[in-house]
Amino acid sequence: MKQYIKKYYYGDYGEGKNGAADISTSGSSKQEWPLWEVFIRSKQGLDHKHVGSLHAADAQMAIENARDVYTRRNEGISIWVVESKYIHASNPDEADALYDPANDKAYRHPTFYDLPDELTHI
Amino acid sequence: MNPSLIDYTLHLADNALIIGHRNSEWCGHGPVLEQDIAISNIALDFIGQARNFYQYAAELAGNNATEDTLAFLRDVPEYKNVLITELPNGDWAQTTLRQFLFSTYQYYFYQQLQNSSDTRLAAIAAKSLKEVTYHLRWSSEWVIRLGDGTEESKQRLLTAVDELWNFTGELFLPAAYETALMQEDIGVDLSIIREQWHQKVQEVFAEATIQIPEKSWAQQGGKTGIHTEHLGYILAEMQFLQRAYPGAEW
Amino acid sequence: MEKNLEQLFQEKIDKEIRIEPKDWMPEKYRQTLIRQISQHAHSEIVGMLPEGNWITRAPNLRRKAILLAKVQDEAGHGLYLYSAAETLGISRDEMYEQLHSGKAKYSSIFNYPTLSWADMGAIGWLVDGAAIMNQVPLCRTSYGPYARAMVRVCKEESFHQRQGFEILLTLSRGNEAQRRMAQDAINRWWWPSIMMFGPKDDESPNTIQSMKWKIKRFTNDELRQKFVDICAEQIKILNLTIPDPDLKWNEERGHYDFGAINWDEFWQVIAGNGPCNKQRLDARKKAWEDGKWVRDAASAYAAKRVARKEVKVA
Repeated sequence: MKQYIKKYYYGDYGEGKNGAADISTSGSSKQEWPLWEVFIRSKQGLDHKHVGSLHAADAQMAIENARDVYTRRNEGISIWVVESKYIHASNPDEADALYDPANDKAYRHPTFYDLPDELTHI
Repeated sequence: MNPSLIDYTLHLADNALIIGHRNSEWCGHGPVLEQDIAISNIALDFIGQARNFYQYAAELAGNNATEDTLAFLRDVPEYKNVLITELPNGDWAQTTLRQFLFSTYQYYFYQQLQNSSDTRLAAIAAKSLKEVTYHLRWSSEWVIRLGDGTEESKQRLLTAVDELWNFTGELFLPAAYETALMQEDIGVDLSIIREQWHQKVQEVFAEATIQIPEKSWAQQGGKTGIHTEHLGYILAEMQFLQRAYPGAEW
Repeated sequence: MEKNLEQLFQEKIDKEIRIEPKDWMPEKYRQTLIRQISQHAHSEIVGMLPEGNWITRAPNLRRKAILLAKVQDEAGHGLYLYSAAETLGISRDEMYEQLHSGKAKYSSIFNYPTLSWADMGAIGWLVDGAAIMNQVPLCRTSYGPYARAMVRVCKEESFHQRQGFEILLTLSRGNEAQRRMAQDAINRWWWPSIMMFGPKDDESPNTIQSMKWKIKRFTNDELRQKFVDICAEQIKILNLTIPDPDLKWNEERGHYDFGAINWDEFWQVIAGNGPCNKQRLDARKKAWEDGKWVRDAASAYAAKRVARKEVKVA
């Protein structure tokens, strides 16, 4: 039986004959319901936060599915959904160019300023 | 003690439990994961509603009755649910159409019941109404989707309408305990609900591009314990442990 | 060049920086993750079936509601995990296809039958217990979406094991028949639960790579030992026994010793010869095939609605 033993742990039974993960066929089938990203406002006054994704045939259904999937324990009071294909993401390879310049702009942060302790309400 | 009130409360509890039981049969077998979760949620709502009504009925009945003795130790003739709740699920069209027809009924029913002079029933109705509002929305959308979806889904929906329609009339035919409680301002007036129900069904059917059937024969009996053959099997399954091990704690 | 990227990648991992979907990653890392996450997702979905088997027969209304909520949670967990896998460029339909064709596996524990109500207790206590033991470290796994899905899963999972233990506790304090029922369930579920941690470390060499990539953070044997130690104590509260005559405290090791695992059975079940392999897979396939017309109808309706809107705008 040794030839089967490659790697196994919970949720993973190894590769090859026993594994899955042949992703050469990647790309979603045309009948599959589109994927939606779900954002939930957990309480009044807070931002909507990305919580995950799901499949739905249309926006209405996506909102209802989000309610059933992501708010089973009172996690939210408001839901946004957006079809995943409409999300534009920054390229991680450009992270240096996009975010590093902000690193040395410490003056944008309130703790940058050295002020006397007596000064209050500021 | 008001025997009509006990019967009335049991009738509402049985409706919720039996349709909840049917919906729970979908858990793990739904057409798509998200909808599996949705229908299980609805089943859970119903079990919750049933428990609220059973607990009240148990208090009214006394004699050490509990929610569980009422649910698990009564036999078919004592069950008072309407027949439409006990019919097998059939396909997704039949399940969602049944849900729509029943949720529409429950929606208007609870709207009235929340003004009942019986404060306990009124409170349960008010709480349940929020859930039912969602069930109605979810199920009417499915009816519309299937009716206006593909040729196959429309055919299946029409078949479901044909299967279920005869069981809708019973919803509005009051049993003696319903008539008695309506006169006491505890129960609801089914004749009003019938109008509202009809209008809503017509509206949704129109959007689903299907017709309300002409036929008007009503299968009835559930409210007074004369059931279809299906309920016996539901109870046999549901009550098995309580019957096989009498008096055990679980 | 390639090597450089790989080094950078490993540095990130070593610094406990999470890998996110659009980051560069070795192809092998991606494939390992897809395999592991999808098989984990399949386990949740197939795992609904043995417990779903008792929803309509739960012995009272409270238990019925709890069990239904629990099985529904598992559907949710499957969904979170499928979503995490989808960020790696595989669709859910493709993953289903792999499951249905037998190409992808799922936790073989779910190929055992649930024969009595006590099995709901044993599954909660032992199977969910073993799963949690595996899952908690996965909350810190190196791939961001997987880690986040696992945080959500673990948060929700905490009630599952408790409700299982409570079922067994109630049975253990019940009548003779109930005690027998509970013991019988533990007898049947103990060894399969122990096997859930996978082959012994010296027989699963690829674990090393997964540890290096911090996909996996403890070895199979480490987790298994931890699980045995915990259960050996908890069983005392139930006043029942664990079906292993070799289970005893080893002062020197500071752990419980336990008997030999029947790996032949383990590989047989994985190879498809468990008591319920066919039944479970058939149920999943049937749900999927029966649901096709429903999914198609919803797609068709959505398309019609979009078309109508466009006509209106024009």
